[in-house]
Amino acid sequence: MSTATAQIRVLIAKPGLDGHDRGAKVVARALRDGGCEVIYTGIRQTPEMIAEAALQEDVDVVGLSILSGAHLELFPRVVDELKKRGVDDVLLFCGGIIPEEDTKALEGLGFKAIFRPGTNTQDIVKFVYENVKK
Amino acid sequence: MDDLVERFLAGERRALARVISRVENGTTEGRDYVRALFPHSGKAHIVGITGGAGSGKSTLTGALASEYRRREKTVGIVAVDPSSPFTRGAILGDRIRMQDVALDPGVYMRSMAGRGALGGLAPSIADVVAVMDAFGFDYVLIETIGAGQDEVEIAGTAMTTILVNNPGTGDDIQALKAGIIEIADVLVVNKADHPGADVLVSQLQALLALSPAGQRRPPIVKTTATKGEGLEKLVDAIADHYRFLEESGGLEAHRKSVARHQMLDITRQIVLERIQRATSEDEIARLVAQVAAREMDPHSAAELLAAHALP
Repeated sequence: MSTATAQIRVLIAKPGLDGHDRGAKVVARALRDGGCEVIYTGIRQTPEMIAEAALQEDVDVVGLSILSGAHLELFPRVVDELKKRGVDDVLLFCGGIIPEEDTKALEGLGFKAIFRPGTNTQDIVKFVYENVKK
Repeated sequence: MDDLVERFLAGERRALARVISRVENGTTEGRDYVRALFPHSGKAHIVGITGGAGSGKSTLTGALASEYRRREKTVGIVAVDPSSPFTRGAILGDRIRMQDVALDPGVYMRSMAGRGALGGLAPSIADVVAVMDAFGFDYVLIETIGAGQDEVEIAGTAMTTILVNNPGTGDDIQALKAGIIEIADVLVVNKADHPGADVLVSQLQALLALSPAGQRRPPIVKTTATKGEGLEKLVDAIADHYRFLEESGGLEAHRKSVARHQMLDITRQIVLERIQRATSEDEIARLVAQVAAREMDPHSAAELLAAHALP
């Protein structure tokens, strides 16, 4: 019985202009049921807003969801904005419609996992618990 | 301790975010931060925003922060959402309604999960508010979960409590009758562009007319938070209440009441922790079984447990 509780805090964010957030919500829900505190910021977030939310909320994990195809455009900017604010120790993952050929580029940016359609949500929860720096 | 306190006092927002996490987690380390920073608190005007689910608390809190920014004041926001009592997980969605101030360097917004649900321990909201106060914000806004007992809890922490009502929900009047109106220092009729707003205002006025003579009657302010309407009046009403507290000696009484509440709360937690350290899970399980089987009553069992910490 411990009274001190350190919980994993996750930011789920959707950069850019696509308005389809079903996937982001499903992932947020799965992580919630997995015992995480999930901050969901809604659709149409700029890279600055996502980085600022990550800083203010002191999250351990940032998950980006994107279906618009602009990931190679927007994700590097999110990573830049995080770095600019000194947020350099969060676990990054992403999901959505992301072609296989972009995997290398995203890994190079620091994304530790890419979850595509058909992913079992439990795999995402497992990934977060196994990779988070706590 | 590391250089976090130094960075915090230098105004680094990342240091504030880190300190809040540690304070929120209730660790010994977190308590050390509260010790170091508490002397710097006591300057902010702490405002609580409460009301039913869907009454527009988050939107109103965001709009309120925008109005304070127009007046060149800085704002810290703590928005509390519920945790699951089973998994302890939570979805914290209040940022969605506060996008206008998302990138404002004069606003810091923090989502907090209720957490307290598990084990009945009070969450560390008062500590988090003290830390935000110490950071130097002019205003600290606390947005509540929106239902149940925490409303009264918030009224204990905030100097000025705003109760958010909506037209077209007749139930509100019932809720008000049940006593929640007593904690309100300012009454807001939000979504005032919906039909029935003026009827609700008259109903509230009629209700307030029943308060005992000589008692301060909370002002009623109509707002449409989504359009930013009525916010100037609301900010003025909050300032009026602060002046009232100053002049009536209420501010001093409030500080003492918060100090008392917080001190006793922490005392309870310390005692509970001592009991937990001195007790094995087996012993608790044994007592639980006896109480469940009606071989012992819960009071006697609790006294046995408490004896571990208080010989």
